[in-house]
Amino acid sequence: MAKVVVGMSGGVDSSVAAYLLKKQGYDVIGVTMQIWQNPDQACRLEERGCCGLSAVEDARRVAGVLGIPYYVMNFKDDFRKYVMDYFVDEYKHGRTPNPCIACNRYIKWEGLLKRSLDIGADYIATGHYARIETLPNGRVAIKNSVTAEKDQTYVLYSLTQEQLCHTLMPVGDYDKPTIRKIAEEAGLPVAHKRDSEDICFIPDGDTGAFLDSELGADAPGEGNYIDKNGKILGKHKGITHYTIGQRKGIGIALGHRVFVQKLDVPHNEVVLGENEDLFTDTLTADNLCYMSEEHFSQEKTYIGKIRYSDPGTPCHIRYNGDILEVTFEKKVRAVTPGQALVLYDGDYVAGGGIIR
Amino acid sequence: MIYLDNAATTQMKQEVLDEMMPYFREYYGNASAVYELGNKSKYAIDVARDRAAALLHTKAERIFFTSGGSESDNWAIIKAAQMMSDKGRHLITSSIEHPAVINTMKALQDEGFDVTFLPVDEKGLVSVDSVRDAIREDTTLISIMTANNEIGTIEPVAEIGELAHEHGILFHTDAVQAFGQIPINPDEMNIDMLSASSHKIYGPKGVGLLYLSPKASRIRSLIHGGGQERNKRAGTENVPGIVGFGKACELASSTINERMQRESELRDYFIGKVPDEIPLTYLNGAEGRNRLPGNINIGFRFIEAESALILLDQKGIAASSGSACTAGSIDPSHVLLAIGRDEDEARESLRFTLSDTTTQEELDRTVDILKDIVGMLRSSNVLYQA
Repeated sequence: MAKVVVGMSGGVDSSVAAYLLKKQGYDVIGVTMQIWQNPDQACRLEERGCCGLSAVEDARRVAGVLGIPYYVMNFKDDFRKYVMDYFVDEYKHGRTPNPCIACNRYIKWEGLLKRSLDIGADYIATGHYARIETLPNGRVAIKNSVTAEKDQTYVLYSLTQEQLCHTLMPVGDYDKPTIRKIAEEAGLPVAHKRDSEDICFIPDGDTGAFLDSELGADAPGEGNYIDKNGKILGKHKGITHYTIGQRKGIGIALGHRVFVQKLDVPHNEVVLGENEDLFTDTLTADNLCYMSEEHFSQEKTYIGKIRYSDPGTPCHIRYNGDILEVTFEKKVRAVTPGQALVLYDGDYVAGGGIIR
Repeated sequence: MIYLDNAATTQMKQEVLDEMMPYFREYYGNASAVYELGNKSKYAIDVARDRAAALLHTKAERIFFTSGGSESDNWAIIKAAQMMSDKGRHLITSSIEHPAVINTMKALQDEGFDVTFLPVDEKGLVSVDSVRDAIREDTTLISIMTANNEIGTIEPVAEIGELAHEHGILFHTDAVQAFGQIPINPDEMNIDMLSASSHKIYGPKGVGLLYLSPKASRIRSLIHGGGQERNKRAGTENVPGIVGFGKACELASSTINERMQRESELRDYFIGKVPDEIPLTYLNGAEGRNRLPGNINIGFRFIEAESALILLDQKGIAASSGSACTAGSIDPSHVLLAIGRDEDEARESLRFTLSDTTTQEELDRTVDILKDIVGMLRSSNVLYQA
């Protein structure tokens, strides 16, 4: 029987993934990826119930209940380089990255898949709510799971054909309540664990403070809020504290709601404006990845998502060299450089890129 | 299973377990009690102390039982440093010590002590000259391990101890890996304090000892409470554990020469065979008499030790690499970095540590399996192909 390494976070989804694969007859090995940088950080992560030492204990318990071999693999250097350093660098350049996409691409797939193949596995499996299918054109693509609420296809758009061929996502056929029920019936000790959320390496959710401590003396520091005409409106805490479309935490009273419109890195200025000013019907993206097709088609209507929580908007594309120009059929709010544009062709992920 | 991780822990001997058994249910008395049942326990502890002392060729009164090697290291270093702090606050250790020493030293640094972490040479040896150069007016304590847990290098502790004593400095050695594996005589080797552990010599886990010379016996307790261990280490004695440790010491004393001979031969057989069978390998640590009899540490270029260990496990071979972190994954070894290996090299080394029951057939089978595993890992490594 084929051998599969299940990436186990200690949560209910990956635990059930391991359970389902075992039941289907696979030779299952459980692996937790160590990504935290030091014991202190592991303890802070632990409070959030994700990725810390208690996560390892939970995963080990589940492996014990399932009777599968279990290992912890060290990915902390790669995680530091490809996820945390990238995250900090993007913010420093006035962009808002999605670290989960970087983690999926470089750590979970390039890293874990390589090491899993090394130890004789045929596949890796995860607890993502998505499905993998082979299309009539011969390509392999990820499809929306049956449960739109937990759909995680957005963060998986960059997987290569080779990676998809070696990947199983057994929970993608179920919804979350069913997964919890399966966990309970199987006697898995994590059936009622709460979902992890936010960015795992910033357990308190204070991205600004995290970036300040990472950047130290390199932190951009205070600068001016300005309006679109260049008029100074007040002082901000440093551009790394802001993202496009943000309203909360601006900290100045102008008598009406204002939103972050733009981050001007060279001048360390944050441009504020009205909600209406945040809407646009075009964007450009680069660093393109393709999934359901080898190239995007100018003839097709895609659904474009510009952030994880975005329900998607019909759009058309045009190539300008290596850059993709996207036009939406209706205006979208707060296009944010650094976030991913993910294009869907029907239910399938067509591919995507990084918003410029 | 082929178990080649005896530096991590050993399988307890049946004779040790047999000796311990009565002290769980039959003779369960508290050794501090006045009645006969308590006396039985007290007597058993005394016998164990005699046996441990015999292995160190010293007097029983210098042996204090603890919960293990880490407690002994903490006790010796923290309390000696504090006792001597009127004279000075400079401590010397090496950069390849066990975390129980390194992290205790770092904790003292946080309290304002000044610590010198000496470098080692490419074999992992601390040079006596480097110790001499590091000694200052205000140096009060030197702690150098008897032998290294990862690469097996045996340090010149007698010379370092002599040097320490010439300068009126206390000398501690973490002998957890060497105790019972090579002859140690603290009274002759100028050792003031020595830490040892039971479970590395086929005894039970959770028990160890600290040897204190008359000069060092003035250090204060780390664990405060009742008057156990002659007022030096409080807490109701772990009688079955201590009894088992005593038995393990007795067995170790009577078999040490024969084990050293046998394990050194097997070690050198394996170290000689690997490069014949597998290209691009190298030995970490010292050779011959400067190396613990049961320790083998070999680097295999272009492999990831973590993956190799999983593959070995799947083939029923237990080995190790570097120092396992809290979660059980592998961090690059601080010892390999200290002997001059780079980060990649520190991730490609495997440690095999022998027991007194390891056979040549087991080692042959291990080399055969290693050959396959290393070949497989290299075939998927782009650097190797280039």
